Amino acid sequence: MILQLKNIKRVFSINQSKLEVLRDISLDVKTGEIISIVGASGCGKSTLLKIISGLDTATAGEVYVDNKKIVKPSQKEVGIIFQEPRLFPWSTVEKNIEFGISAKLPKIKKKRIIEEHINLVGLNGFEKALPSQLSGGMQQRVSIARTLINRPKVLLLDEPFGALDAFTRINMQQEVLKIWQFEKTTMILVTHDIDEAIYLGDRVVVMSSKPGVIKKIIPVELPRPRDRTDGDFAYLRKKVYSEFFENQKVSSEYYI
Amino acid sequence: MNILKIKEKIILILIAAVIPIFAVAVWQVTSNEGLVNKSILPGPDKIIEAFRKMIQKGTYKKHILASLGRVLKGFLIGSSAGLIIGISAGLFKRVNQVLAAVIGMLRPVPPIACIPFLILWLGIDEESKVAVIVIGSFWPVLLNTMHGIKSTEPKFLEVARVFEKNKLKILLKIIIPSAAPAIFTGLRLGISSAWTCVVTAEMIASSMGVGYLISYGRELAQPDTLFVGIISIGIIGLVIDSIVLKLQKVLLYWVALE
Repeated sequence: MILQLKNIKRVFSINQSKLEVLRDISLDVKTGEIISIVGASGCGKSTLLKIISGLDTATAGEVYVDNKKIVKPSQKEVGIIFQEPRLFPWSTVEKNIEFGISAKLPKIKKKRIIEEHINLVGLNGFEKALPSQLSGGMQQRVSIARTLINRPKVLLLDEPFGALDAFTRINMQQEVLKIWQFEKTTMILVTHDIDEAIYLGDRVVVMSSKPGVIKKIIPVELPRPRDRTDGDFAYLRKKVYSEFFENQKVSSEYYI
Repeated sequence: MNILKIKEKIILILIAAVIPIFAVAVWQVTSNEGLVNKSILPGPDKIIEAFRKMIQKGTYKKHILASLGRVLKGFLIGSSAGLIIGISAGLFKRVNQVLAAVIGMLRPVPPIACIPFLILWLGIDEESKVAVIVIGSFWPVLLNTMHGIKSTEPKFLEVARVFEKNKLKILLKIIIPSAAPAIFTGLRLGISSAWTCVVTAEMIASSMGVGYLISYGRELAQPDTLFVGIISIGIIGLVIDSIVLKLQKVLLYWVALE
């Protein structure tokens, strides 16, 4: 088990009232596995990622990466990619990626691994470009390269393609799979796109909200590359959808 | 493409020059026709004549250099102080809390109001004049720096936490560049305030400088000298500002692109 979540609970205090965002989240992730987490907004999936990355602390419960307890951000263990690329507008693509490097390396080695990662995300020729000169998809590629450069054991993706248009999104999903084939990085992908969850994930974790709990874990046993138009794919999609909207059938006023 | 750009630039300059050229022309005509009293408002030709004479005698250069020297000294000290204090107040809550009351009270005092006190304290020589400029350029730099540092994007700071960067790296790679546009605004306001302050200080007590030139012109009833002073202030101010803007374009290369 590369990643273990043990009874994670997170309670926020807002003006003295307590809001339970996550309750009893437990999950074991195998090395090289891709886990998709889907859930309505407000189900605490982003909070969960922040806890795994060490940016936030759980009220109760523990996170272990490679049997090491996570208490603060540690990029060797966990890397995170945010919904927005969060690139520094004053730095070139090269410099932005360089910011990710944590180890003290000689200049030549640094230059080499930066180049490698620019190649990995397919941005050759854009080394000296500023983020504002790149498209949204390209910016997100830079962000991925910046995080991957430390070879984190677990890669967290927080709705990484949510801000991109449909075509770019599919393109980026293939890109992520390509990287996964090279590196076999363990990934946790939070998304609200059910197709994306099934296309990428080995398992799809469906969360429900208030408080956020794991409602169902659906294994995706389809061979890669997966075909979105495939019958099995459609079946899984239906399965996830039904988990998603089960509760809402009760509130019939939405169905007029 | 390039020729088009040059053409556009020339047109822009011409448009900007329309009002000044028109004003000078009206001024010259009214002066020639004797519509205004020449001993109060001499015509442009008279002013250019006075200007030429002063350049020939070398007095013009002396006055301008005296003022510029003071501005440079005062601005360097004032803006450095503003930068250092502004950065520490922006970074450390405690420093900010300690300074809040002092800043709130001293800021509304115009630097010019300090001149009499500064003369008493530092004497009538250079020090008191430079001190006025220090105060004048300090405030805009301080306030804009503080504002710039405080408005650093929290999402960038989160990125720095994820990558486990130390405080110094965060300051140099994220906070300072984030604040740079605001700091630059502060410096720009600071230099123009410094220029205003030097003229005022020189008008009150000095034997050299552009401000002195103006008050000298008034005392000796030489309106042409007086106007040379006023016009010089305007032109030098314009030159300084365009230099700062050029510098801003180079240093803040990413801002124009955004």
